[in-house]
Amino acid sequence: MLLRLLRERLQPYRHFLVAVLGLQFVSVLAMLYLPSLNARIIDDGIAQGDTDVILRLGAIMLVVSIAQIIASVAAAWFGARAAMSFGRDVRRDIFQRVGTFSARELQHFGAPSLITRGTNDVTQVQMLVLMACLIAASSPIMMIGGVIMALREDVGLGWILAVVVPALFVSVGFVVSRMIPNFRLMQGRIDEVNRVLREQITGIRVVRAFVREPHEAERFARANGDLTDVAVRAGRWMALMFPLVMIVVNVASVGVIWFGGQRVDNGQMEVGALTAFLSYLMQILMSVMMATFMLMQVPRSAVCADRIAEVLDTHSSVVPATDPVAPDPARRGHLDLAEVTVTYPGADAPVLCDVDLSARPGRTVAVIGSTGSGKTTLLNLVPRLFDTSSGVVSVSGVSVRDLEPSVLWDQIGLVPQKAYLFSGTVRSNLEHGKGDATEAEMWAALDVAQARDFVEALPEGLDAPVAQGGTNFSGGQRQRLAIARAVVREPAIYLFDDSFSALDLATDARLRAALEPVTRDATVVVVAQRVSTIRDADEILVLEDGRVVGRGTHDELLAGCTTYAEIVASQHSAEEVSA
Amino acid sequence: MSDHGDQSDQSDQAPTPASKGKALEATERIEAPVAGPGRGPMGGGMVGQKAMDFGPSARRMVARMRPDRVAALFVVALTVGSVLLMSIGPRILGHATDLVFSGFIGRQFPAGTPDSALPDAVQGQDVIPGQGVDFGAVGEVLLLVLAIYVAASLLSWGAGYILNSVVQRTVYRMRQDVEVKINRLPLGYFDRSPRGELLSRVTNDIDNISTTLQQTMSQLLTSLMTVVAVLAMMLWISPLLALVALISVPISLAATRAIMKRSQGQFVQQWRRTGQLNAHIEESFSGHSLVKVFGRQGEVERVFAEQNDELYEVSFKAQFVSGLIMPTMMFIGNLNYVVVAVVGALRVTSGALTIGEVQAFVQYTRQFTQPLTTVASMANLLQSGVASAERVFELLDADEEPVEGDVAAAEVTRGEVAFEHVAFSYDEDRPLISDLSLVARPGQTVAIVGPTGAGKTTLVNLVMRFYDLDGGRITLDGVDVGAMPRSALRGQIGMVLQDTWLFAGTIRDNIAYGRPGATDEEVLEAARATFVDRFVHSLPDGYDTLVDEEGSNLSAGERQLITIARAFLTNPALLILDEATSSVDTRTELLLQHAMAALRTDRTSFVIAHRLSTIRDADLILVMEDGSIVEQGTHDELVVSGGAYSRLYQAQFVGAAS
Repeated sequence: MLLRLLRERLQPYRHFLVAVLGLQFVSVLAMLYLPSLNARIIDDGIAQGDTDVILRLGAIMLVVSIAQIIASVAAAWFGARAAMSFGRDVRRDIFQRVGTFSARELQHFGAPSLITRGTNDVTQVQMLVLMACLIAASSPIMMIGGVIMALREDVGLGWILAVVVPALFVSVGFVVSRMIPNFRLMQGRIDEVNRVLREQITGIRVVRAFVREPHEAERFARANGDLTDVAVRAGRWMALMFPLVMIVVNVASVGVIWFGGQRVDNGQMEVGALTAFLSYLMQILMSVMMATFMLMQVPRSAVCADRIAEVLDTHSSVVPATDPVAPDPARRGHLDLAEVTVTYPGADAPVLCDVDLSARPGRTVAVIGSTGSGKTTLLNLVPRLFDTSSGVVSVSGVSVRDLEPSVLWDQIGLVPQKAYLFSGTVRSNLEHGKGDATEAEMWAALDVAQARDFVEALPEGLDAPVAQGGTNFSGGQRQRLAIARAVVREPAIYLFDDSFSALDLATDARLRAALEPVTRDATVVVVAQRVSTIRDADEILVLEDGRVVGRGTHDELLAGCTTYAEIVASQHSAEEVSA
Repeated sequence: MSDHGDQSDQSDQAPTPASKGKALEATERIEAPVAGPGRGPMGGGMVGQKAMDFGPSARRMVARMRPDRVAALFVVALTVGSVLLMSIGPRILGHATDLVFSGFIGRQFPAGTPDSALPDAVQGQDVIPGQGVDFGAVGEVLLLVLAIYVAASLLSWGAGYILNSVVQRTVYRMRQDVEVKINRLPLGYFDRSPRGELLSRVTNDIDNISTTLQQTMSQLLTSLMTVVAVLAMMLWISPLLALVALISVPISLAATRAIMKRSQGQFVQQWRRTGQLNAHIEESFSGHSLVKVFGRQGEVERVFAEQNDELYEVSFKAQFVSGLIMPTMMFIGNLNYVVVAVVGALRVTSGALTIGEVQAFVQYTRQFTQPLTTVASMANLLQSGVASAERVFELLDADEEPVEGDVAAAEVTRGEVAFEHVAFSYDEDRPLISDLSLVARPGQTVAIVGPTGAGKTTLVNLVMRFYDLDGGRITLDGVDVGAMPRSALRGQIGMVLQDTWLFAGTIRDNIAYGRPGATDEEVLEAARATFVDRFVHSLPDGYDTLVDEEGSNLSAGERQLITIARAFLTNPALLILDEATSSVDTRTELLLQHAMAALRTDRTSFVIAHRLSTIRDADLILVMEDGSIVEQGTHDELVVSGGAYSRLYQAQFVGAAS
């Protein structure tokens, strides 16, 4: 997954990567050239006592050093560009992909998890790319360059390289292969520790109310201990790494002196070449080390890449119409559900089963039922937040699957169960409903939603700030603003999902009275739990366990539907019902 | 915040070799913004405004290793040994080279050549003309070198092995301390600090500390000691050249500082932008369906693209500028190399030094700049780690709940709750409850009604002793609750809260949370009594269905039912229901009322609800406004009296009838 992600997403920046490689090559070359210049200072300068040569070669060394820093700075520039562009693109792709998700995919991942994937996980992989460009790119070059330079000094000692380099790879590879599973395990344990802590803090009142502190402390100590165990294990392997490499390196250098010494003695090699060979050996070993440390970063990034790829590989179950059909103007606002069934994947019982519903402009259809009876699911089918398993939902005479999404949504004013406001101002939230709403339209909508009083009371009025989610307003105020947002839109179809639950009955009644003229020409679907909210509806559907068990007006249902009668009875004392 | 299970954490476990420190530090930086705004100025350390706190916090962090101080001393001793051996190694290896060199030179001259006839460069060395390399001597030296290197590696391994345990134990203790602290902090602390911020402290910051300690401790120790050892060696060989090499130290520091100062600003920008982008992503994903239905997708993507580009720009600058540290350090190292080579060469021609000495010096110069680069590249990582430590210390230093009362908790026999002149406020400037008295007789159901903010939830929180009183007292069966251990008090009270907290686990586990050791049968019974059983069957895995913190696979009502089942299972002496049924439909609520009525029998209960129908049957109704009880009595009494309750009731009734 990691490789695929990198291959695909770095494709547009391959020129940058080529530039990084080229520049790192120059930089490494310069690094490798310096010792041989130094050797010439000794051979040609000191040996001959020629001060001019010393100064001239010194100047060349300076130039080479400058070339080296220019090359590595330029490499850093291209590397940072490539890595940051990669991060930006992946973030964008995730964001856009999630934008196409239906409620089903969103529920599958969960918003918080998607947020993490779109931010932290991307950052992790992005840092891997950056490190690869800045550090790891130079190590193969350094290694190959080192091998070439060493062989140039003396081919006869080349066999030592042929032994040492693989030995180093094997020993380092062994340690890394032991560490990687531990790192993976550790990642999971860290998540576990964080999860326990998070739960304790978010649920602090429950923990205290049920006196479960000892239990929680125990749970935490276990998670913490598990994490520490694996961290200690991983750390021990890590502690082995450096000494192991040092041993290999030093044994090799001793070997070079021993075997090289014999070659020198036989006149096959010069002493200078011996020292040079030694220093190139060191460079090769350093480059292997660097590549290794890079490798250790990989497991974590791989986990992140998997999580990113999971999002990017998920396609929305709701596919926009390829050949959209225009809505029928004559049937604008018509809403029909025909034999609609919805089953969640994996569940044994359908959430909705064979539901028929037909709503026309100027009429109000209400849906009532117990918690979990499928009311919200039904409502979410209309804006196609997800699709039916079977059956057809049509709006304005056309199946929602055949409508252009923006055309579909333009006709709908949704007030969700959880009144969610966007950060900004009261004004900007109303503008979400209708982008070009005038001030008068806004106040009119607030009037209808019974929100005028408290908005007027705010010092900034329409420009009063709204925190994310609307948390700086009370539940009832939030609900009323969410209603105003839908009203200002003047949609053909209103969907109220238990939108009056946080209002006291008097406000509820006033609001419904005010809504009546506004919704006179619109189709209204109301989901509610309170009978008082829906008793005047033209048609009431009673849902139980996803099935329609009653259909009719309040009075008809009261007489003919036991479930409805039970609901009514649960909310009113006997005399109220008869009144 | 997106903290979440996956809000991962920093756990680059890779060690930090010299070459890698900077890149890792960058990783830390980038992750930092998740920690929220509080983390913005962190990492100020030596360059930023936090300069004052760096020292003490770093010392305190080191002091936390005290329980492992014996092991820590071992680590230092082993490291010193290893570094010393490592520094001696090249010099002894140099002897082997000299022996080879002497043999090589010796072979070029016929036996008996006088010393004076030998070239200047080998004057004074053990060259025996006519004799080749003495491999016996070379072998001895090499064996010695091998022994030294093996010993050095073993010492270094031992140091790393022990240090690893010390670090992990220290981090373990820190996590445990935080856990203990969380359970001792007053609830007010959790109210005051934003949840995301606190979470970030206990997760991100501790992870950051762990990473920092792991990556820097051994490197720092080794590097600093190497610098000292190598410097000594250099001074020994040539004080003049040592001086030249030493000049590179302040230059390196100044250069690093200058770069870090610039990158610091960019990093701050980067955190800010990341924070903004996170907020936008969070909002867009949380309000996903609304964004769609209101046709805002285009607008939301436009804003995202804008912020994403801005983040890209600043993070590029931050990474690039901080990425300059390594090349700069390398350049300074190379300059140093060039100067030493040239000055050394000139000194040799003037006869002040030998070639061998210059060569050794050049090697030491490299050994000298390498740890300096390491330390420089770790500076940011260190700053970030210390800044995190500071934030954790802040948490550990926060005031704790007052000490527990020690009156042995008598089993609640009657369940009489009395408030006597209770005064309380969350915030000193805004008194909430000033003088409140009430008595709930054993077995009574006390309903509390009133507008939002009237203090209803506060009242029951005080019974639970979630907060301590400013004045007066609350008694349970005549015993001051302040004198009881909190756990003993709370153990007798069953509470269902407004927010439906479920932990990640199965539905069964969540219900059983109410009473450890409850049997499956008891759990099922509680589930049936509270109608959890009904919806559980439509879930794919029944009682073994996993719920997550957000509980996204359950509706609000279903979550609420589970929390009620949880309280049901505890079979408490005293019951508190805070809006417990607000998310449950009325028919389910009615059923629940029956179950609760059975549960309430012979139990004193406090019930907070908006729905008047819920509380009509209460034995005592308290009407609260602005922190005081304005009316109390039964439903009938209050309706007749024509006060606040009767107005509320009329509003409900009129609303219902319209």
